[in-house]
Amino acid sequence: MATQTRNMLLNVGPSHPAMHGVIRLVMELEGEKIKGVDVEIGYLHRAFEKMCETVMYAQCFPYTDRLNYVSPLINNVGFAMTVEKLLGIDVPERAKYIRVIMSEISRVTDHLTCIGATAMELGAMSVFLYMIKAREYLYELVEEITGARLTISYVRIGGVKADLTPGFTDQCFQKIADVRKVLIEADELLTRNRIFFDRMKGIGTICAEDAIAYGITGPFLRSTGVAYDVRKANPYLIYDRLDFEVPTGTTGDNLDRYFVRMAEMEQSLRMIEQCFQQIPDGAISGELTGCVIPAAQMVDRAKMGQTEDLIEDEVDLDPTLQGGTKRYHEAINADQKDVVLPAKENTYGNIEGLMNHFKLVMYGHGIRPPVGEVYFPVEGANGELGFYIVSDGRDLPWRVRVHPPCFPIMAALPKCLVGDMMADLVPTFGSVNMIAGELDR
Amino acid sequence: MEAHAFRGDETLVIRPGALLAVAKFLKETPELDFNVLMDLTAVDYLFFAGGRVQKEFRFEVVYHFYSLKHNHRLRLKVPVDEKDPEVDTLNDLWPSANWYEREVWDMFGIQFKGHPNLKRILMYEEFQGHALRKDYPFNKRQPLIGPQN
Repeated sequence: MATQTRNMLLNVGPSHPAMHGVIRLVMELEGEKIKGVDVEIGYLHRAFEKMCETVMYAQCFPYTDRLNYVSPLINNVGFAMTVEKLLGIDVPERAKYIRVIMSEISRVTDHLTCIGATAMELGAMSVFLYMIKAREYLYELVEEITGARLTISYVRIGGVKADLTPGFTDQCFQKIADVRKVLIEADELLTRNRIFFDRMKGIGTICAEDAIAYGITGPFLRSTGVAYDVRKANPYLIYDRLDFEVPTGTTGDNLDRYFVRMAEMEQSLRMIEQCFQQIPDGAISGELTGCVIPAAQMVDRAKMGQTEDLIEDEVDLDPTLQGGTKRYHEAINADQKDVVLPAKENTYGNIEGLMNHFKLVMYGHGIRPPVGEVYFPVEGANGELGFYIVSDGRDLPWRVRVHPPCFPIMAALPKCLVGDMMADLVPTFGSVNMIAGELDR
Repeated sequence: MEAHAFRGDETLVIRPGALLAVAKFLKETPELDFNVLMDLTAVDYLFFAGGRVQKEFRFEVVYHFYSLKHNHRLRLKVPVDEKDPEVDTLNDLWPSANWYEREVWDMFGIQFKGHPNLKRILMYEEFQGHALRKDYPFNKRQPLIGPQN
């Protein structure tokens, strides 16, 4: 009698060490070969789009931090630029450079996390630790400027929250050098490593036609040989002034994705260096002429009408608001009183500033873009991150839609996995860099 | 029905019946060559602008196309009626439509005719209603579902 065989169904996730974040794969296995994959998402759905409809434009930023939580600065930039496009305003040069610097730092942290985690799952624990160490250097830079590490809410509509700190340039160059060392180290540990190479090469392959048909963008698409990068195709901010290359692969397998990400990190570091050479006014914009006084004292003096002494003075702010005082404010924010909050000295020190502040933060007032709709793409760490905003002329957005780069990648995941072995799931899933926060929103 | 551009975004509004023909034209005409369906979503215009603006149709399905070759973008909008909201699927032309259409069905309750696997994607099957519709309160809670034991 012939032996009967049937395929086995295996559940991986939603809570599984190899699933970064929460996602469930129902796999049909024939022996160890993957015959079919059903991807189930939505375990981290937090109603981002619905919640954005209930708050004012500026209040959406904390929500955008939580989309791709490994590179939140790029989400911030994307959202701010979409609203700016809707309003039809431009931001100062300096703010543009700061946005690019912060975006590129974020991109490097994202790629470091992705490669580090993939390597760890293939047994290279030391690479993971080195890369997380490098990411820590960059988080220190982020922390220095934004006051936070992950949920930074740093970008503002019409500018950024805080200027660069004194000495940031040197610090940044130092950290870039440190990160480069780690990249060389990781490259030596991985690129000629037989185990790593064998597990990555020819695994999780997708061809360029399929990748385009599925709407995939970013490093994933570039690994198949299509040199599409939003920063080159539709340059925003000051990317057209920077000299950088778009690395591409050839076969679209895991190894190519690894090479593309490694090369992209180097390009990002180059871009940061170029930004520091080009940024207007160097590292810091203003000089303090008065003295620093506590906020309460400033409010008291303003109430008593002693406003003349206050013009030169600077208010002592909470660390999370540092860098946004009057002497920096103009250089990093657009000159639009109906969009940008006034500097804190004006809010505390004179009635015009106070009224301006309240006009922007009260429900029923706020930022009011004209009726219309815009779509604006930026290059996220995983691909094209696009925001689509519909405004009905009120202070609350009518509809905020984010095009998450992970979403089409996950839709195409069965294409990558079918035909490979069960154990190949781990490197493939690592190299596609799924971020549940932006996938499920 | 209408074509306009706001802040440089080219937009085309078409009747639902013409969607498949227009989509095919966009994809296959060499001068257009929209080979990427970048985004697909919908907008609910119920009580738009506090009810001051009355739209003829309640929903709009919004497509964002991109052409890798020509580096241009196009937004295509298809108005959909409140009763019997249904448009044709673009799954056969762009496989990326598959998941996006499932999401629109999940969040807005718009049907896609001919879709191979139109089921909820972000919410669970037992979820009542469609969360991104404007008449769905944002703070509404539904009982947790799961095995009884």
